[in-house]
This record gives sequence, structure tokens and C-alpha cells, in this order.
Amino acid sequence: MTDLLAARSQMAMSLGFHIIFAMVGIAMPVLMVVAERRWQRTGDRIYLDLAHRWAKGTAILFAVGAVSGTVLSFELGLLWPTFMEHAGAVIGMPFSLEGFAFFTEAVFLGVYLYGWDRISRRAHLAAGWAVAVSGMLSGVFVVIANAWMNAPTGIRWVDGRAVDIDPIAAMMNPAAFPQVLHMTLAAYASTGLVVAGIHAWPLLRQPRNAFHRRALAVALLIGAPAAVLQPISGDLSARFVAHWQPAKLAAMEGQFKTERGAPLRIGGWPDEAAGETRYAIEIPYALSLLAFKDPHAEVKGLEAFPREHWPPVAIVHVAFQVMVALGSYLALVSAAALWLMWRRRDLTRHRWLLRALVLAAPMGFICTEAGWIVTEVGRQPWIIYGLMRTADAVTPMPGLVVPFLVFTALYCVLGVAVAWLLYQQVLKSPKATEEDPA
Amino acid sequence: MADLGPAELVAGIVLVALTAYVLLGGADFGGGVWDLLASGPRKREQRALIAEAIGPIWEANHVWLILVIVVLFTCFPVAFARLAIGLHIPLSLMLIGIVLRGSAFTFRSHYGHSGEHDDTAGTSQHWGRIFAIASVGTPVMLGLCVSALAAGTLRPPGRAGFYEAYVAPWLTPFGVGVGLLTLALFAFLAAVYLTVEAREWALQEDFRRRALGAAAAVLVTAFGTLGLALLGAPLMGRGLTTAPWAPALHLATGVAAVIAIWALWSRRFRLARVAAAAQVSLILWGWALAQYPYLIPPDLTIRAAAAPRITLVLSLWTLGLGTLVLFPSLIYLFRVFKPAPR
Repeated sequence: MTDLLAARSQMAMSLGFHIIFAMVGIAMPVLMVVAERRWQRTGDRIYLDLAHRWAKGTAILFAVGAVSGTVLSFELGLLWPTFMEHAGAVIGMPFSLEGFAFFTEAVFLGVYLYGWDRISRRAHLAAGWAVAVSGMLSGVFVVIANAWMNAPTGIRWVDGRAVDIDPIAAMMNPAAFPQVLHMTLAAYASTGLVVAGIHAWPLLRQPRNAFHRRALAVALLIGAPAAVLQPISGDLSARFVAHWQPAKLAAMEGQFKTERGAPLRIGGWPDEAAGETRYAIEIPYALSLLAFKDPHAEVKGLEAFPREHWPPVAIVHVAFQVMVALGSYLALVSAAALWLMWRRRDLTRHRWLLRALVLAAPMGFICTEAGWIVTEVGRQPWIIYGLMRTADAVTPMPGLVVPFLVFTALYCVLGVAVAWLLYQQVLKSPKATEEDPA
Repeated sequence: MADLGPAELVAGIVLVALTAYVLLGGADFGGGVWDLLASGPRKREQRALIAEAIGPIWEANHVWLILVIVVLFTCFPVAFARLAIGLHIPLSLMLIGIVLRGSAFTFRSHYGHSGEHDDTAGTSQHWGRIFAIASVGTPVMLGLCVSALAAGTLRPPGRAGFYEAYVAPWLTPFGVGVGLLTLALFAFLAAVYLTVEAREWALQEDFRRRALGAAAAVLVTAFGTLGLALLGAPLMGRGLTTAPWAPALHLATGVAAVIAIWALWSRRFRLARVAAAAQVSLILWGWALAQYPYLIPPDLTIRAAAAPRITLVLSLWTLGLGTLVLFPSLIYLFRVFKPAPR
């Protein structure tokens, strides 16, 4: 394993690990606050129990998210010092703002978790909202910084360094809005639907279980609308990529030849050596139409770019297919659930829906991981798109495979511990189970 | 002293944030040290008090470190890059400590609280052990990193061998001295704070004895480190002994230390807390003053490492506005969980 590959693997592993906790840290507080609000309004103790359990889950996941986020902020320098040397002054602004949002989140999470008996009910609920809002803002700012790597505005790049730096213009880069929207929705959709799926499972056997019924309803309220909106925001992201990163779009679609009226490929395996994508279902004109709103628009193929500027095509294409396929499934199931909820139907009478939700549980996270693979691997070989190559940004320290393996082992242990703890403390049914009347 | 511009102002803010991290986050690590060293008939109560004291606040306290790093890489990107290269190994070890300390503490806090699963007590103990051991190791790593800065051994990466470039700068007798001093300071702060937080007399006495012991450890490691600095980190040693401000600073630090010990002795715990915080801050500022105007001695000054002016100015605005949100929130947090005596 080369040092560059080890550094990229460590960064990918760290981001892939952290993103799960970050997403839960964004969306879980909303679930917990909605449950608490319902308890305050209805006096139904089951909602209070839910709020307590979700708060406990948030505490565990937020702690791991906070420390794994710290690791990332150091790894920016530990692995990519040359990148930070040149980009730090440009994208530091959103990171500073994120620092304060994160501060607010940590402060009010402390108040929320330990303050049940110390402050008024209103103050407690307000603290929960403060966690939810600042958690969302933290995510927004970090994604803005990442977006700049895809669309580096606010600088002039002269002789290998950034001059005429304008940090505000850098924050307003054209990737920022689509990426932020896509990621924020992903956080609510993935978290809401994983919780919904987890509670749908016991409802298959005990459809009247009051605890799981309420949990499912709150989780769907947060997750399902986001999942339904996600394809629209995905379209926005794809248009950005089509205009700003044509090589990434070509890799996503397995488009090797530049052509007018390009087809949309579903599935398939891109063969870089042969320069074609095999076994794909092709929908004529659809790619040109989706990317440029014109069925005859020209789509640049990978052949239009020098070979050394290609991202790893197969990885990007497959990850994109996985994201779109699973994301579409989530959107459909969510739309069905919302329709039934709007019609005031009892969801637990529709066993097919419960089953579909159980199946959907892990998909949001898989989608998000696949989406980040498309964004990050698709940007290669660049760390700052079109300006600085990843290979030129890596630390000169040799032996990087060692920290990669150490941190991977550490995160594996943490992952197992968190899963076990959540199962023990949050997901198990309460011992005394109430039943709702049929 | 040279004229002060935005670069020096931002550097000052980094120092203030670092001070906050040491006084607050450092004490949380110190709490872990006393968890490891819990002993005597009130072993359980000591551990419970520590957990109760740091539970609601450690995450907020931890963010000070993130603020330090973020401001550093935004406003002094060249310095950040050099630190991250030369200190890759101790920083990675410190991160492992941070990850283990934070997660283990949270895991332990959330085991067995549901009252339904009594079989998890053993697992809880394991996490407690990891929390305590990580709390000891992490401050030593932080100290080792600081020592490399202070000693001026972090050169730009050249053609030096692996050991010279990535190990030698921090693995020195002076480095070990600073590491142990950091550990002693954190343990000292924690013990002093815990005397205030303890509500029973016996528990208070436990931590009073520990605070006095830690004060002795601080004294020994501080003088030991100063001696090692004169031998191994001449730049720092000279700054700390011959600079015009040195006598005043040492006098102030000494006065704070004497007050802290006297207050502990005579059980004026709130006064001891203020004096201990002052003493630790002054030690930190002594280091900063001794290497001023260098950010990374012996060659990289604050001015030379600074980002373009626009970034510095925007960062100052961000920090100013952020503070408007942050300080009221922090005051609220500490009001709720660390109420003043009635």
C-alpha cells in the first residue's frame, strides 16, 4: 500500500465513520424534542420515555461523533498538510463558524441531558431545540467547506498558490447550496428511517405495542418527508456536477464518449481499458435531458479529458447507481407511508409497509456513504478541483499504513461497542409494555 | 515589543482559548487521573463525584481544543502544516487518547442506568478503566507536543531521516518533563475543583489531600522542566530566566502557587480554585511570552505564519460574533450545573 493510498484510506474511513454519527447528531435531537413536546402537550408518559431513550441514544452517538470529528479536524493537517497550508486561510471561515455552532450544540446537549430536574419544562424543551438547530448548522458549515474543494471560488491560483483570497466568495461557491441541501435532507431521511425501521420490526409481531407505535410515528414524521424531497435535491446536485465537474458526471454515468442525446445508464460495469460501459440498461436521451434540460444537449465523455484526470470510473459509477437505486426505494416507501398517514390509516395494519420499512432501515446510511464516495472519489485526482492534486497534498511522513490500521481497529471496536450499547439501552422494548386499543 | 496587528491579536485569542481548554478540559482529564487513583474507604464516592462533575460539561470543554485547531489552521496555516507534519506521531497518539477518553466515559455513564440490566456492571468497569487510563496518557502526549514547540526542534521537513524528522523533535528529556508537568497540572486543577464540588466533608478532605499532593508534584515537575529547559531547550530556558518580564512573571506565578497551597491548607476552597487557575494560566502564558514573537521557534514568527489580512479580519469578526453566542450559553451551562453556594 502506497503512502498516498494509506492516507486516502484513512481519510475515507474516518469520514465514513464520522458521517454516521454526525447525521444522527443532526436529526436525532429533532426526534427527541418532538417526543418531549408531545409528552408536554398530551401528558402521555410513553412519549416521555421515548424522549429519555432517544436522548440517551443521542448522548452516546454525539460523544462518538464529537471525538471522531476532532480526529478529522486534526487529520486535515496530519494527512494533507500541503492542502491545509494553501486552503486553510480560504476555507477556515466555515470551520470557525462550525466551531461555534458545535460549541452551542455541546453546551445545550449538556443542559438537555442532565437538566431534566434542574430547569423548567419550557427551558428544557428550548435547550433541545437549540441542540437541533445548532447541530444542523454545524453540518451546513462543514459541508460548505467541502463544497469549496469541488468548486474553488474566491481565489486566484497563481504559481501553485492561492492569491487574492476572498473567504466570503469561497463560502458562496456554487457547490455549497446543492451539497448542503442534499446532505441535510440525507441526515433527516437516514436517521428518521433507520429509527422507523427499527420500530417497525417489533410491530410486525405486536402491532398494538404502544411504545413502538409512537416511536414509528415520530420517526416517520422526520424521515419520510426528507426522503421524498431528496430526489429533487439530488437533481440539483447533478446539474451542478454537469456544469462544474463534467469529468465526475462522465464517471458517474459511465459515459466514455462525448455525444449529443446521451442515454441514462442504469447499472452496468464501466471498463476503463475498453472505454465502454457494459451490461447497462440505457434510456435514450435521458442523461442529456436530466443534466441539461435538453434531450439533444452534448454530454462530455471521459475521452474529452486527459487520462490522468479521470477519477476511478468503476467505483464512482457503481456508488452512484447504489445511491440512486436505494434512494429511490426510500422515496417510494416514504411516499406510501406519508399517504397512509395523511389518510389517517393505521400503518400497522399494512404489514407490507412495515416489512418495507424494516428493509429500508440501513439504506439511508448506505446511500449517504455511497453519495460521499461519488463526491470524494469522483473529485479525484484533485483535492482542490482543477488546482491541486491529492498526490501533491499528502504528508511527507512515511509509513502511513500504520496509523490507517490503528485508527481502523479503534473505530471497529467503537462501532461494535456503540451498536451493543444502543441495543441494550435504547432499542429494547420497555419491560412493562402497554397496548393501544385496537 | 513589536507593534501589534491582527496577527498578534488572533495569536492572543488562540492563547486565551488554549488557556480555557487547559483550565476546563484539562481538569476533566485530571478527573480521569483521580478516577484511576481512587482509593480508600470512599473509592466509589470519589468516582461518582468525578463523573457527576464532568458529565454535563466535558463536551463543551472539549470544544475549546477544536476552536484552537480551527483558528490555528485558518489564521496560521503554514504553522499548522508544519506542526501536523513534525508532530504526526504524538498528535495521533493524543487523538487516540481523546477518542478513548470521551467514548469510554460516555459508555460507562450509560451502562446500567436503566435498572433493567444488572449484568452490565462488569462491562461498565472496563470502560471506566479505559476512561481513566486514556485520561492519564492524553495530557502527557499534549505536553510532548508543546515541548517540541517550546524547544524549537520543529524544522521544516527536509532530507532528515525518519527518526530525526518525526521522533527526535518531541521525544526528549525536556519533552517528558513537559508531559509530566502537564499531567500534574491537570490533576492539580481537578483535585482543587473537586474540593469545591464535594458536598460531604470526608470527600472534600480526600480531594484536599490529593490537591496538596498534586501541588507538590507540580512544584517538582515545574522546576525539573525548567532545569531540563536550560539544558535541552536553550531558547525557552533563556526566555524564562533572562527576559525583562521573567522576574515579575515568576513572582506572580509563585504568589499564586503559595496562595493556592495556603488556601487548601486552611480549607478556603473557593479561593484555592481561583489561585490554582491563576497559577496554571501564568505557567501557560510564561511559555507563550518566552517564545514570542515566534509561533514555531526558532524561525517562524506569528507575523510570517499569518494568513492574508482579510482572513485575519474576518476571523476576528467571526470570533467576536461567536463569543456573543458562546459566552451567555457557557454561563448558563455552568449556572445550571455548578451553582454558587447559598
